[in-house]
Amino acid sequence: MAVTSPILDRQDFSAFLRDGEDGRPSIDLLVKGARCTACLSKIEREISAMPAVTSARLNLTSGKLSVAFERGRDDAGAVLERLEGLGYPATPFDPAQALAAHDAEGRRLTMALGVAAFGAGNAMMFSVPIWAGLFGQELGPATRTMMQWMSAVIAAPCAVYAGMPFFTSAWRSLRKGRANMDVPISIGVILTLVISFVETLLGGADTYFDAAISLLFLLLIGRWLDHRLRANARSAASDLLAMQAPAAVVVGVGGVEHRTPLDDVRSGDLLLVRPGERIPVDGVVEGGVSELDNALLTGETAPARMGPGDICRAGALNLTGTLRLRATARSEDSAVAAIARLVEAGAQSRSLYVRLADKAAALYVPVVHSAAAITFLGGWALGLSPREALLRAVAVLIITCPCALGLAVPAVQITASARLFRRGVLVKSGAALERLAEVDHVVFDKTGVLTEGRPRLLDPVPAAIAMAAPLARASAHPLSKALSAQAGVSSLAQDVVETPGQGVEGWIGGRRARLGRAGFVGVPGAVPSETELWFGFDGDTKIRFAFADAIRPDAAQTIAALRQRGLTIEILSGDVAAPVAKVAQALGIETWRAGLTPAEKSEAIAARGQGGRRVLMVGDGLNDAPALANAHAAMAPGSALDASQNAADLVFSGEGLGAVVTALDVARSARRRALENFAFAALYNLIAAPAAMFGFINPLVAALAMSGSSLAVTLNALRTGLKGSK
Amino acid sequence: MSILIFLATVSILLALTGLGAFWWTVRSGQYDDPLGDASRILLEDPIDRPLD
Repeated sequence: MAVTSPILDRQDFSAFLRDGEDGRPSIDLLVKGARCTACLSKIEREISAMPAVTSARLNLTSGKLSVAFERGRDDAGAVLERLEGLGYPATPFDPAQALAAHDAEGRRLTMALGVAAFGAGNAMMFSVPIWAGLFGQELGPATRTMMQWMSAVIAAPCAVYAGMPFFTSAWRSLRKGRANMDVPISIGVILTLVISFVETLLGGADTYFDAAISLLFLLLIGRWLDHRLRANARSAASDLLAMQAPAAVVVGVGGVEHRTPLDDVRSGDLLLVRPGERIPVDGVVEGGVSELDNALLTGETAPARMGPGDICRAGALNLTGTLRLRATARSEDSAVAAIARLVEAGAQSRSLYVRLADKAAALYVPVVHSAAAITFLGGWALGLSPREALLRAVAVLIITCPCALGLAVPAVQITASARLFRRGVLVKSGAALERLAEVDHVVFDKTGVLTEGRPRLLDPVPAAIAMAAPLARASAHPLSKALSAQAGVSSLAQDVVETPGQGVEGWIGGRRARLGRAGFVGVPGAVPSETELWFGFDGDTKIRFAFADAIRPDAAQTIAALRQRGLTIEILSGDVAAPVAKVAQALGIETWRAGLTPAEKSEAIAARGQGGRRVLMVGDGLNDAPALANAHAAMAPGSALDASQNAADLVFSGEGLGAVVTALDVARSARRRALENFAFAALYNLIAAPAAMFGFINPLVAALAMSGSSLAVTLNALRTGLKGSK
Repeated sequence: MSILIFLATVSILLALTGLGAFWWTVRSGQYDDPLGDASRILLEDPIDRPLD
């Protein structure tokens, strides 16, 4: 059976089409690997030049390509094929998810930020004369009142609009009987506006309209930064979800192939899985022979042979031949779904984590509010008029503004994740950085993390490699790939025929040659092995190539660096004991366990957690996903299966493990900066609050102190992760 | 005094124009793909007709 490159046949994508704004059918595709200007121009030019395509627009930020077709001539299959040909594999995006991804909250926040900026700037215009009046400049009470009214007319509606994100969040939190940081913000802003209105009506001097709106402006900056960090992470996560659930190819009546969303695959459906695709749901092989790469499922390095009657598990990668499968489980009942449920449980327990900012809020709220209450009651009792006492209480609320607190963490985390991003580490949430900074124990998976996750040729003999390379290059089998990787440039064998699960045969320089299993090549009496390849010309001596999964070059260095930072190391692997022991010994790791199921791995992590350890899990397989979700913090390499990248907090790209150390350093640095910022905010409040209590605060001082403290906190945040960066 | 009111009104109207423009940019999705927009400006305009 000859294996050529898989050509996507005309398939039915109607399930993924939606009606565009002008009634034309359109489809959203997730394009992998499109991250540069050249990609953008190439993809848009090539796709919009296709017949029946009316427009193609790629969103470079989210990696989403929207293609609109002429009415009745939608051919999504052709677009996918063209993209594949350009080197950008793509998956159709579920229309429901596409709508959800539309970032409505982000737009609202951006708008609120714009309104707050407008309000702060223009209210300030009328505040300046009032401030000037504070220093004995000529400002009659009538003019002052007019300025105050102007200020009020601008600031109040802006504050109501821009404050909405805080008011709604505060209300939600209060209804649950808790007080988050938004509660004092909302109380402060509303009280400030009301008191300022009353003061204006009574002809008083102290109004804080500009303070209220600029407080909101500064806080919205922090809120907007935080949202952007989370939105990036969320779109990464939903992209992964969409990628993880590619449509399955269901063979319908009369042999018509339908590309069906995974959720719609029913038990008993006949499925077609081509080489290079993943098994969509659990099933039994009905036709075809192939090899499955289970590395990401179980951690086993060696591929498993599959023939009719064998059971395939969802998530395994089909390597060499096309398989016809009879689905035995729906997607949600498949082995993958069981793992997904474990992941979900882990993610839920993780959402209970209390973030640094919320811990600070829990301290801040009662202290500040009692300080304000004491000011009011104390001032009144000590002979101030109720109006004067109330004004001072409001001054306390304003001056102890949480803007430094509101910015303290988001500014640090956005700086840290930007620095990490430049070094190839994607941070999925701010909380992830906080958790990563706390870890004291690191658990590594073996296959694909400590090792390269793909076989490497042992004892390479250049002459032998050169001889076998033309055949090896014609095959997609991992062992052949490892062989051709060693060979460099070479010619390709002629008339190559691949027998799935056996090997390849072809003509090199006029001689027939075979590369594959011992039996296939014709070595009598050899024990079949998954870690060796045989090569031989017809009737000539046979050559043996042995392979092993090589340890990553910087693994030892990384482990030393982690130990130096006071962390303990452990290996949990799903592979059999012998290779795990070898890796553990080579790296000097005493604690290791082998042959673990996904659930056992996850339990082992949970047990460590209950023992008071904070565990960082580094893994890449689907079998690691529950452990990743259950660990205090989790990292996955970019080569990991999408589900694992999804379960992890941080994803690092590149060949090295060094990213683990880098991420840890930056996370710890971010935590230090955040704590410094809190310390600064506390110190500031310690000085400002008494000053407000004793009536030393006027609107000008309030405005200066507020922006000054926010600026200081932001500048300190910019120092995050500077040390050691090049 | 009346000049103050006149100037203040004019300046607020101007600022409101700016706010309106900002509202339009947000609504028309101009902040949805900052990366793509930054790249798009570097691209040459497509040439519709053949060169010769």
